[in-house]
Amino acid sequence: MSKSSDGEIVQFDNVGLRYGAEREVLSDISFTLYPGSFYFITGASGAGKTSLLRLLYLAQRPSRGMIRMFGDDAITLPRERLPNLRRRLGVVFQDFRLVPHLSAFDNVALPLRIAGAADKDLDKPVRDMLDWVGLAGRMDAAPAALSGGEQQRVAIARAVIGRPEILVADEPTGNVDPDMAIKLLRLFEALNRLGTTVLVATHDMHLLQKVPDSMIMRLDKGRMMDPTGALRYPPRRPAPGRRGAK
Amino acid sequence: MSWIPFISSGLASGWRPIAGGAEARLVPQARLSGPMPWVIAIMVALTVIAAATGLSLRNTAQAAAAELSGGVTVQIVEPEAGARARQAQASIAQLRAMPGVVSVRQVPQDEVDALIEPWLGPGGDGGDEDGGSDADTDVIPVPALIVVRLTGAVTPAKLASLRAALRTVAPAARVDTQSSWLRPVFDAIQSLQWLALALVGLLAFAMASAVLLAARSALGANRDTIEIVHLLGGTDGQIARIFQRSIGIDAAGGGVLGLALGMVAVLFLGRRFASLGAGLVDSGALRWSDWLLLGLVPVIATVLAMLTARLSVIRALRRLL
Repeated sequence: MSKSSDGEIVQFDNVGLRYGAEREVLSDISFTLYPGSFYFITGASGAGKTSLLRLLYLAQRPSRGMIRMFGDDAITLPRERLPNLRRRLGVVFQDFRLVPHLSAFDNVALPLRIAGAADKDLDKPVRDMLDWVGLAGRMDAAPAALSGGEQQRVAIARAVIGRPEILVADEPTGNVDPDMAIKLLRLFEALNRLGTTVLVATHDMHLLQKVPDSMIMRLDKGRMMDPTGALRYPPRRPAPGRRGAK
Repeated sequence: MSWIPFISSGLASGWRPIAGGAEARLVPQARLSGPMPWVIAIMVALTVIAAATGLSLRNTAQAAAAELSGGVTVQIVEPEAGARARQAQASIAQLRAMPGVVSVRQVPQDEVDALIEPWLGPGGDGGDEDGGSDADTDVIPVPALIVVRLTGAVTPAKLASLRAALRTVAPAARVDTQSSWLRPVFDAIQSLQWLALALVGLLAFAMASAVLLAARSALGANRDTIEIVHLLGGTDGQIARIFQRSIGIDAAGGGVLGLALGMVAVLFLGRRFASLGAGLVDSGALRWSDWLLLGLVPVIATVLAMLTARLSVIRALRRLL
């Protein structure tokens, strides 16, 4: 894992984002993500969580500021090097973004195929992953034949199957029942224990309690906030040998 | 891998398995195909016919040029028949003695009469409304014609040398290259060749435009899928390969069909022209290298289609981050 000398895996510095001539949807965003930590980004609807995540998973360039990922300046990095950076991320999109004509199996296999895995090497990991999210019997189903919750689980399986260094999840438990939500969080925690940095955007405050070691960032109207002092912002760098912040 | 499942899955889903690799499955083949193979088949068929026409014209022109390149015609334009015959004989003797002359032949009077008959009527007993006989070579003096063949092509220097040699023995002699008589025909053939080439170029342009539109349409229909693949770390090359491969399959299928249609048309036309039995037309028959070139048309069309698809997809992807 390449990172800067300080050990940060992602660094946002005074980042702003505006669409066209509109006012900024994100302003003066500065934070740092450290390897192996678990973060929540919370905030009301329209606070800018999804816009912030789009910057993180390199779907969008900021209007200003600096973003460093894995030690590289993500803004000035040559375009042909961005796919390699993206392959180090796992993304759960808010609207799942499954490929409609592919089966659940092929959707989950997609990141591995993009990374060049041979078909013979896909079967076991994909089956295991679908089994883990409770969809072993739905492998051949097209997304349209799956319920919202099932689609979300396929999207999560697709995001984590490549063992990403950073997992970015936008409202990943929005369409699943509480039991499945806890199960998915446990999956994220398991990945986190294996060294994956996890960042989950959610407006569900109950979810934050489920991962006590997590660090929390709050967005309000496009700015990072910590009005109560109970939330931890900016996230503290975890002590050596420890995961997350206390 | 067993071939039976491969073949059965191939039959079940058209050309998809031939597209090869997992990448091909990212975009549904049916969305890319549509009328594209048929459009390409028509373009290739027309290109084959236009190219065959151009090649045939080239062969005709080359054969005629080779035939005429060493030919010189000497006309003895002398009104008095006795003097004309004397000068013709003297010219023949002089020409035969010259170096670089392969053959000398005086065109017999019968042939000359036959040549002018369409314009002046039958010699001797032909006549106009007044009952005269304008075609009678005794009444209208017809030049004596001598056909000379030289080694190699006729150059202005050789022509000047012939004229100088004949000036003293046949002051009424006019010396011309045979190719100069057919210059307008060569010019017309060359124009038709350029036209055929322009048609091939226009058809290639039309095909590239059709592929461009198909690629754009496929990109539009699969925009979401492309964006997902892009965000999951797919490279421009990977995504372009999906479209390039798919359009390549369409183009290859359409190209083979178009080649078959074009070949049938060319063979049919070739037979029709061959039945005319005219020397100039016969010389335009296609050579084996021409058939090979025609066989390359679908290959070139496929490469052109794939290249167009690749460039248009990569250009569209550059708009994404």
